[in-house]
Amino acid sequence: MAINWFKYSAPTTFYPLAGKLIPWFAISSAILFAVGLYIGFVVAPSDATQGEFYRIIFIHVPSSIISMFLYLIMAGYAALGLIFNTRLSSMMASAIAPTGALFAFISLWTGALWGKPMWGAWWVWDARLTSELILLFLYLGFIALHASIDDPRRADRAAALLAIVGSVNVPIIYFSVKWWNTLHQGSTIKYSGTSMHIAMQQAMFTMLAACWLYAIAIALMRVRSIILEREKNTKWITELAEVK
Amino acid sequence: MKKLSLFSLLLLVIRRDLVLAMRRRADVLTTLFFFVMVVSLFPLGVGPEMDMLRKMAPGVLWVAALLASMLSLGRLFSADYLDGTLEQMLLAPQSLSVLVLGKMASHWMVSGLPLVLMTPVLGLQFDMSVEAIGVLMLSLLLGTPILSMVGAIGAALTLGLRGGGVLLSLLVLPLCIPVLIFGTGAVQAVTSGLNVSSHLSLMGALLVLALAFTPWVTAQALRISME
Amino acid sequence: MLEVSNLACSRGDHRLFSGLCFALSPGQIMQVQGANGSGKTSLLRTLCGFISPDKGCISWGGTDVRELAEDYFAQMMYLGHLNAIKDELSALENLRISAGLSGMELSEADAIAALRRMGLKGRERLPTKVLSQGQRRRVSLARLLVNDARLWVLDEPLAALDVGAVALIGELIREHLAGGGMVIFTTHQPLVVAGMEMRSLSLS
Repeated sequence: MAINWFKYSAPTTFYPLAGKLIPWFAISSAILFAVGLYIGFVVAPSDATQGEFYRIIFIHVPSSIISMFLYLIMAGYAALGLIFNTRLSSMMASAIAPTGALFAFISLWTGALWGKPMWGAWWVWDARLTSELILLFLYLGFIALHASIDDPRRADRAAALLAIVGSVNVPIIYFSVKWWNTLHQGSTIKYSGTSMHIAMQQAMFTMLAACWLYAIAIALMRVRSIILEREKNTKWITELAEVK
Repeated sequence: MKKLSLFSLLLLVIRRDLVLAMRRRADVLTTLFFFVMVVSLFPLGVGPEMDMLRKMAPGVLWVAALLASMLSLGRLFSADYLDGTLEQMLLAPQSLSVLVLGKMASHWMVSGLPLVLMTPVLGLQFDMSVEAIGVLMLSLLLGTPILSMVGAIGAALTLGLRGGGVLLSLLVLPLCIPVLIFGTGAVQAVTSGLNVSSHLSLMGALLVLALAFTPWVTAQALRISME
Repeated sequence: MLEVSNLACSRGDHRLFSGLCFALSPGQIMQVQGANGSGKTSLLRTLCGFISPDKGCISWGGTDVRELAEDYFAQMMYLGHLNAIKDELSALENLRISAGLSGMELSEADAIAALRRMGLKGRERLPTKVLSQGQRRRVSLARLLVNDARLWVLDEPLAALDVGAVALIGELIREHLAGGGMVIFTTHQPLVVAGMEMRSLSLS
């Protein structure tokens, strides 16, 4: 099916498309969340070494993975907006940022919840958790910079440059933090031990898919409200049913 | 009138900024005093026990150097922005990246180099050994230029904004973490009797990367901010 | 040599002008007129490349200025509201550094001659912070004498100048136009250039 993707690259056409897609993503995400949590918390057996506490990884691991991918996707959209001057790409980047930050925060929080029963401390300076913390700072920096600039065009472009610089730095930061951690013989939070039981794998993948669909649904919702905000002086917005 | 070569242009910018800094000596000295003060706060905060201070020293000095650099970065472009010289630089018929590199170099000479030179005195306050002080100075010598260069990107992006210095720090500090890690790691290696060359060569590599990319990225950031 | 076609520019949400077309040839001078807020400064800044237009194209000698970049900058000069001089430096140092940043090496003798022509005799070596507003504007305008730019983009060049200086600027512009240069400017004070027909562009 040859879809003319460029047709949807303008806010005017994307707005209704997004509106139609959101329910699909939202509902499927809710279903997968329910299924994933059920498998993870009820069906999967308890772990030999970690007992019941390990189940938090079904939230922790997907949120870590999603937070990292979302940063790259956000930087990608921002780069498109910067290079090709497309407003919608920049709006998508702004829409993704808070969700990415949220997942980073959830990852840190669930990491702490996991760490406490295992290692007795709410925070251990594990390489991955520390990198996740720095990723959260990168997200917050993007959001703060965008919010601090009044002119929307300058805000989009400055934040895009920051996101690109950030994504280039992410491997360097991750490498240096791992280096730092091994130097100081820090603890490593890992789901170690025997290979995962089939139910655990199912739970993990289901939760990963659920988080992904949730992220898409929320990003689409947020980009619609950004479109409303930014384009409020244009004719087509004033003719929308919601606005009248 | 002769045309200026790129190298002469670089020297012109560096000389200009150094002359301006000398005529406003207060700015230079405040960064240095801030550095000394922050370093002195740590023993007051954690107690004067020498063993602990000796172990903390590289981290303390490095974090203080980071913070002092962040403070001084606000001044990198703001004076030129306010009096219109920056917009003239954007209209220069030669590469803006060269002009930016010149500003970064003079910023480092005025804000970073004094910190490096102050280190032996502060290192003695923390009872660091001579080798440790030497490696610390070398790591700061390699690292402070990187801080000036990466920080310049933040300074260019936050030009004229109300959030100012704090926003700049929020943006730049995460990007400076690798420099912090390798810099302090080098000193800790020497105090444990291990090889420092890997840390220092990583710093060197970051310095080369910064030299290659940050002037151009900063120039783009300046054009975005000056619209 | 300077051609603008279908130029549209906005500030934030607000469209300032659109569909703007004009051409400026060597020896021509054009005044941009319009009420406050109509986009005169934005137009001049767009011509300099600071602002990217929403639509349209600016070309110099047939090539888009976005492609020319530094080659375009070498042939034009911009004087905005800000003087672009450093308070802590003397007029002489400021002029030589401005010339240097434009890629030219200016000798001390030539710089002093330019400053003298601008009416700053005896004040060349004082830090500019002790000069009056009008004198500082003269230091800034001294750049007109020492560069070889073909296009002058001047945003209210006469601000803070006295009658004598206004006449001097008119004279400098006349010499520039006679030599094949071009000028586009805005002003709130009347600018008379002897013997030159002034074109006008209205933005309201």
